[in-house]
Amino acid sequence: MNEPDLNQSGVAVTVSGLYKSYYGEPVLKDLNFEVARGEIFVVMGPSGSGKTVLLKHLIGLEAPDSGEILVEGESIRSPGVMDKFRMAMVFQSSALFNSLTVGENVGLYLTEHRLKPSDEIVRIVRDKLALVGLEGQEDRYPDELSGGMKKRVAIARALVIEPQLILYDEPTSELDPLRSVVIAEEIFRLNRRIHVTSIVVSHERELAFGIADRIAIMNEGEILLVGTPREVRESPHPMIREFLAADFKLKEEKTSL
Amino acid sequence: MFQNIGEILVLFWRTVRSLSLTWRQRQKVFDQLYEIGNASLLMACILSAFIGGVIALQTGPVLAERGLNNYIGGLVGVSICKELAPVMMSLLIAGRIGSAMAAEIGSMRVYQEVDALRTMNIDPIHYLVLPRLVAISCALPILVVFSVLVGWIGGAIVSVTNHAINVSFQGFFNNLRDVVDTGDLVNGLFKSFVFAMVIGVVSCHQGLQTIGGPRGIGRSVTKAVVNSIVMILILDYFLTRFLMYFD
Repeated sequence: MNEPDLNQSGVAVTVSGLYKSYYGEPVLKDLNFEVARGEIFVVMGPSGSGKTVLLKHLIGLEAPDSGEILVEGESIRSPGVMDKFRMAMVFQSSALFNSLTVGENVGLYLTEHRLKPSDEIVRIVRDKLALVGLEGQEDRYPDELSGGMKKRVAIARALVIEPQLILYDEPTSELDPLRSVVIAEEIFRLNRRIHVTSIVVSHERELAFGIADRIAIMNEGEILLVGTPREVRESPHPMIREFLAADFKLKEEKTSL
Repeated sequence: MFQNIGEILVLFWRTVRSLSLTWRQRQKVFDQLYEIGNASLLMACILSAFIGGVIALQTGPVLAERGLNNYIGGLVGVSICKELAPVMMSLLIAGRIGSAMAAEIGSMRVYQEVDALRTMNIDPIHYLVLPRLVAISCALPILVVFSVLVGWIGGAIVSVTNHAINVSFQGFFNNLRDVVDTGDLVNGLFKSFVFAMVIGVVSCHQGLQTIGGPRGIGRSVTKAVVNSIVMILILDYFLTRFLMYFD
């Protein structure tokens, strides 16, 4: 297996004054934060707080009503910027193409853009699949895979782009705890090996505290706090305390019964 | 409605502008061609045989009463060639293939596969719409040729076997050859080509507009089929008027 390109460096991302509304209803309210190169930045918050919408803005799938997203100081809406920096996204549903094999899914970017000869694409696909622990799965179809394997194929597909920024949308949703740990380890390991900037959206606390360099807590389209896992844990903000305590409360109630 | 028409025209224009990429997408075009042929050829043949037969059955006895039964071949020939084959095949394809296109692209949209393409800098128009539009534009005229031939045979069989019409097989085709010329066939093929583009672009547009899960996919499929049929029938009138100038 080829070693990944260790010189591949992540990019810095700056979000300033990001505002978005749908049918007059604000979904993102004046968001401001920065993500450093090579950092794992986790955006956490309850369902419906605008996390996925934020990710879609970061990769250019949605345009904001106002505000700016800068990658290495350049607005992503400026012509050519999205081509200049390599960005990839791992979707919540994995978004694999069911009519294509795992190998074809992973190699799609290279095949469609004709970036490499076909034998080299085969080799790259094999390497990327090995990187996420899916050696020899090239010929299987997505509907033959488990949820966790699909997520890993989606990660391999993102890695083929050799991204400087990877966005993960709820990477451990719909997975059992064991597989969640595997995916979390994968994200952490990749970040440390290839120094890619990773922005992870999740509402799972174990994942966030396990891998994050910094965490942003979102609620109803607003960022309540950006800080290290420790700063978040110690935050006196009532909503954050409530959000973090939710499952401990349940455990306490269960033991008192 | 006007916004929809505008979006459909923009999608069509963007697809036409990317026609130079067809060779790169040839494998997908062949896959779609196979899909269309496989799904529709048998149905097209059955439908055409019965359309030819029913035209002969309805008009033959009326012509025979007036001693004009020798003209049945020409009547069946022209009506199938210029009108029934292109329109009926287009309706069939709108129902079978247009709905499949809208459902497939719609589910890809709902399950974020279209977004995944965009994040990989792959234009969904090049990847999804272009191969489908090219394939349907090639396949429908071919199906119409089949339909015309089978329809003529269906009409001939009914004309020969029905005693109220009383015309020979040779008599049927002699009259057909006298009346129908290549221009009539080209007329039908041109219509089917236009209808194919309408079905392709309307269905792909509906697919790309899909929102809201499985119910949204169902809505898109219904809209794709209904809009295609309405547009085909309206366009048919104007195309017929237009093509009359070349008769």
